[in-house]
Amino acid sequence: MTEVRLLSTTAILGYGFPEESLARGMARRPHLIGADAGSVDPGPFYLGSGKGFTSPRAVKRDLQLMLRASCEQGVPVVISTAGGAGGRPHLEATAAIAREIAAEDKLGFKMALIGSEQDKELLARRAEAGQTRPLAGLAPLTRQTIEASTRIVGLMGPEPYQAALDAGAQVVIAGRSTDPAPWAAAVLRGGLGSAEAWYAGKMLECGAEPALPKKEDCLFVTVGHGYVECEPTNPIRRCTPLSVANFALHENSSPIRHIEPGGILDTSECRFDAVSDRAVRISGMRWEPSERLTIKLEGVELAGYRSITICATRDPVLIASIGPYLAKVREVVADKSAAFGISPDAFRLIIRSYGLNGVMGDLEPLANTPAHELCFVVEAICETQEQAAAVIGMARLTMLHSDFEGRLCKEGNMAIPFSPSDIDVGPMYRFNVFHTVEASSPTELFPITYETV
Amino acid sequence: MARIGTIAQVCKSKNAGPFHFTIDVVFEDPALFNLVKATGVLDAPLFARLYKVGIEQVQFTIYDAALAFKATVPRKIPAGDFGDTDVYGAQQHAPLLDVDIPINTLP
Repeated sequence: MTEVRLLSTTAILGYGFPEESLARGMARRPHLIGADAGSVDPGPFYLGSGKGFTSPRAVKRDLQLMLRASCEQGVPVVISTAGGAGGRPHLEATAAIAREIAAEDKLGFKMALIGSEQDKELLARRAEAGQTRPLAGLAPLTRQTIEASTRIVGLMGPEPYQAALDAGAQVVIAGRSTDPAPWAAAVLRGGLGSAEAWYAGKMLECGAEPALPKKEDCLFVTVGHGYVECEPTNPIRRCTPLSVANFALHENSSPIRHIEPGGILDTSECRFDAVSDRAVRISGMRWEPSERLTIKLEGVELAGYRSITICATRDPVLIASIGPYLAKVREVVADKSAAFGISPDAFRLIIRSYGLNGVMGDLEPLANTPAHELCFVVEAICETQEQAAAVIGMARLTMLHSDFEGRLCKEGNMAIPFSPSDIDVGPMYRFNVFHTVEASSPTELFPITYETV
Repeated sequence: MARIGTIAQVCKSKNAGPFHFTIDVVFEDPALFNLVKATGVLDAPLFARLYKVGIEQVQFTIYDAALAFKATVPRKIPAGDFGDTDVYGAQQHAPLLDVDIPINTLP
């Protein structure tokens, strides 16, 4: 009977997992171990800057344990969406950590690096040929948008992973991927169907997230004809039919129709059966192949440079008139910034008012609830860091020292928690590409290079 | 009447990609889930009103297998864009907590 066994170590490489959980998983002889290393959730900065959102130290800790286990048993290890966003610098940084570990631990392996950063000229030509489509209500993709992008990645499916594993790679470090892709690759290579393959990938993409109680940990999945079985390797956790079904709600728009490259995973008829008090068998998943192969793209552009200051008031008179006060602050900052050469259309000043509507903005239904203190995160965005710092300096001064009707606190209106009070945050990026592009094959946009480590 | 905040096991929000929030309300007890479902209070128009979007922009699913209601709505501001307040979208659930469900006896 065909059976594919898979071990996912953690939700995101660098989030950590108990060593003992990995050992328990390895004792069950998995065919593949791995961890997803990225997500679009932390926002556009990481793709734009080329930096990761987990520290190199944390990534090394997790990867070292995985590489040791992999080499000991000769089991392949896959890292998907390397470095947080899967761009070229992210891939290279993760590969460098793998090489460093190999040198330290005297490990040797064949390593595949699968790129996902896209060539702008190729994309621009496809956009001009009508081979791209917008998602989420964005405008159609143009050459201009592509050229303005700092970086664009494509989300690979299982096929590039299959190719790398077929070529004998023991360590696969890949760029941006749909989260289930590496796992689906292993299941498909084992001769099982797409429905089981994608469902298994959905379960494994976040480590022990489908188990209770929730904490970063390892998940073991066994896949056979028509079913996927989930069990956390740590005995203090358990999968229940409800915890597994609930995981289908995680970070997607529909729990029953999951759009993937090459088709749709339909989970509307799934059954969830407990096979023990810690393991659940899922069956009834279906796969509808799509007629046309498209690859999803994510891209960001530089939006400017940001400086911020944090300040707070405990003054009831000011709190009672905060709306007009902030309007006046804006006016003064605009005038004084214009005076030193930064016109009102050359900066954005954004004031988030915590205690009022800082979390939900215009969606806040309780915006008139009186608070005894308010905190402001004041943000200036300009074309250069020097300009942003100049505007935020003026904004901090104006927040602190402006007069208002009935003012008693004449030495200053704000408690400022830090010195220095102003913080240069660096470049700000925004998503500008969220489109699909037609591809002639599922591997076309994802070049693989091999090296012996 | 019963507030969602007191009868649901889970009430949460998160990004579904950088351009959407997805909000989940999950129950532990199938009988309670079915009672709530029968009231019809949790539906697309409710989410459209709370998140200030058109009804046609709400993707609403009742997912019986997980005893869950799920709504996905477009963000007013994409994740991390100018003026965004919640990059991960993890704190946009609160308006749901105060929704009253017209049931008097809990199962």
